Amino acid sequence: MTDRTVDAPAPRRQSPLIGALKAALLLRESIVGTVGALIILFWVFVALFAGLLAPYDPIAQMTPFQAPFATDADGNFFLLGTDHLGRDVLSRIIFGAQRVLIYAPLATFSAYAVGIVMGLLAGYKRGWVDDVLSRVSDIILSFPILVLYVVIITTFGASAINIVLAVTFASGPGIMRIVRGLVLDLRNRDYVAAAQTRGESMWYIMFVEILPNARGPLIVDACLRLGYTTITIGVLGFLGLGLPPPQPDWGGMINETRAMATFAPHMTVFPCIAISSLVLGLNLLADGMREVSLRD
Amino acid sequence: MVIFLAKRAAFMLLTMLAVSILVFLLLEVNGESVAVKVLGPYTSEEQRRLWLEANGYFEPWYVRYFGWLANMASGDFGESLRFKVPVGDVLWPRLLNTAILGGMVFAIMVPLALVLGVLAGMREGSALDRTITVGAVVTTSIPEFASSVLLAFIFVFYLAWLPGTSTMSEGFDLSQMVLPVMVLVLYGFGYIARMMRASMAEVMQSAYIKTARLKGLPVQRVILRHALRNALIAPFTVIILQINWLLSGVIVVEFYFAYNGFGRLLLEASLNQDIYLIQACAMVAVFVAVGTQTLADIGYTYLNPRIRFT
Repeated sequence: MTDRTVDAPAPRRQSPLIGALKAALLLRESIVGTVGALIILFWVFVALFAGLLAPYDPIAQMTPFQAPFATDADGNFFLLGTDHLGRDVLSRIIFGAQRVLIYAPLATFSAYAVGIVMGLLAGYKRGWVDDVLSRVSDIILSFPILVLYVVIITTFGASAINIVLAVTFASGPGIMRIVRGLVLDLRNRDYVAAAQTRGESMWYIMFVEILPNARGPLIVDACLRLGYTTITIGVLGFLGLGLPPPQPDWGGMINETRAMATFAPHMTVFPCIAISSLVLGLNLLADGMREVSLRD
Repeated sequence: MVIFLAKRAAFMLLTMLAVSILVFLLLEVNGESVAVKVLGPYTSEEQRRLWLEANGYFEPWYVRYFGWLANMASGDFGESLRFKVPVGDVLWPRLLNTAILGGMVFAIMVPLALVLGVLAGMREGSALDRTITVGAVVTTSIPEFASSVLLAFIFVFYLAWLPGTSTMSEGFDLSQMVLPVMVLVLYGFGYIARMMRASMAEVMQSAYIKTARLKGLPVQRVILRHALRNALIAPFTVIILQINWLLSGVIVVEFYFAYNGFGRLLLEASLNQDIYLIQACAMVAVFVAVGTQTLADIGYTYLNPRIRFT
């Protein structure tokens, strides 16, 4: 006779993969969320297969100022035209997708790592830890966000790592506030008390007992924040403070060509559509998820 | 009430102090780099040392901080390296220009957002509600720089109805304000509209609205007399806090349309490492942001009878 509790294969938590699949099936019920998810999948696909999809090298210089649907003297066809240096706009948008889909999630993830640890500590430990972390957050959050970015980036220089750090610094506190609020609610639950009685460590309780139960609102928020970060990277590129050239960056493409928009607007308009559609996708997905989660 | 106001004011003062420490640490604490920015990169070590000594940069940092803070608080921000005039002479006119822009944005955005929010929230889930909600998500998803480009493309290059820059070089021209205001309204109204919608939808569910409806009062009267007053409390805070967002938004819009305002000044100062101007701009921006936050708190407490002054 074996002990029932040993051979009973009843996992306490479902695997994350099955959870994600279930969520995807649920999302079908929301048209808005489905459209959002499809837009994001489109850009992820474009970014993943950028090398195969892009007709030209994104930094190769061919015939400048070609209009959309133009073919130059060498017989090269440009679906979205070329820019002032003769680089294919379509290829630059495709490789730009790759870049934004690497750095926006990276920066958001980094901000979440910091914000979650801060929020768990503040909400679970309370007392002076909470006071200090909350005050620090208040101070950082009192800056108008772009003012903070501009001052940080111009002081420390525009580079990928500085952008990630600036986003972490500026949005970590906002995430901390949300996590803290959720933890304050969850810390009094029975399963937390049970874990405390079992003598589990503080970190175990915070990360294994509390965090997974706070995931719902956090996933929606992460989706929205990914949108903000995409905008932030775009804005910084637009202001000339973004990811360094010559590799294509949507915001940077707009900044480089906006002075010539009077006679060749296609160079600025297409990157604008690209970034707006990606942000729209993320916002619609967040909306759809919120709608579905409120339903049950 | 007095105690509550004093508490808020003290909190605001403390936040400003903490922010000033942050700004000081970021820009001022390293004397050597300040000297390079002020004197230029091609100065000798000796020149920099003399300048640092003459300006008291060899004092311990906390002594310098209090001196710096005293100057800041008295409105003496130092001299702009680029414009060669006291920072205040550049800063205040630019701030006024931004206030004009911001004022016009709010005058259009707030009524528009409130009306749309009420229309959507009145009957949750109706076709009108869905249209407004999705519309608000779409406009909020287009970053200000993208809508600047797209609107300029439509109204300046394609239709040729409006001027593409807002330099106001020949005096104030209302037609030059249209595009900057339009961009900021488009990006900002969605958030307020959604808040208004949520608040309205919640109020419409409440018992006293149901009572009013059951009494047989006309829908219009229920909404205007009963629902609206309570539904406006929550969005009030959001509207005031939008001023903080506006300070970010104006950087992009003023840069794109070359409008001589505060946002463009801050950006120029940062790009030129015009250090005293950056400090002044950052402090002013935070002062406005924290001030409006305090105002929002006070207003909310005042409007909402359920919150008691503590």
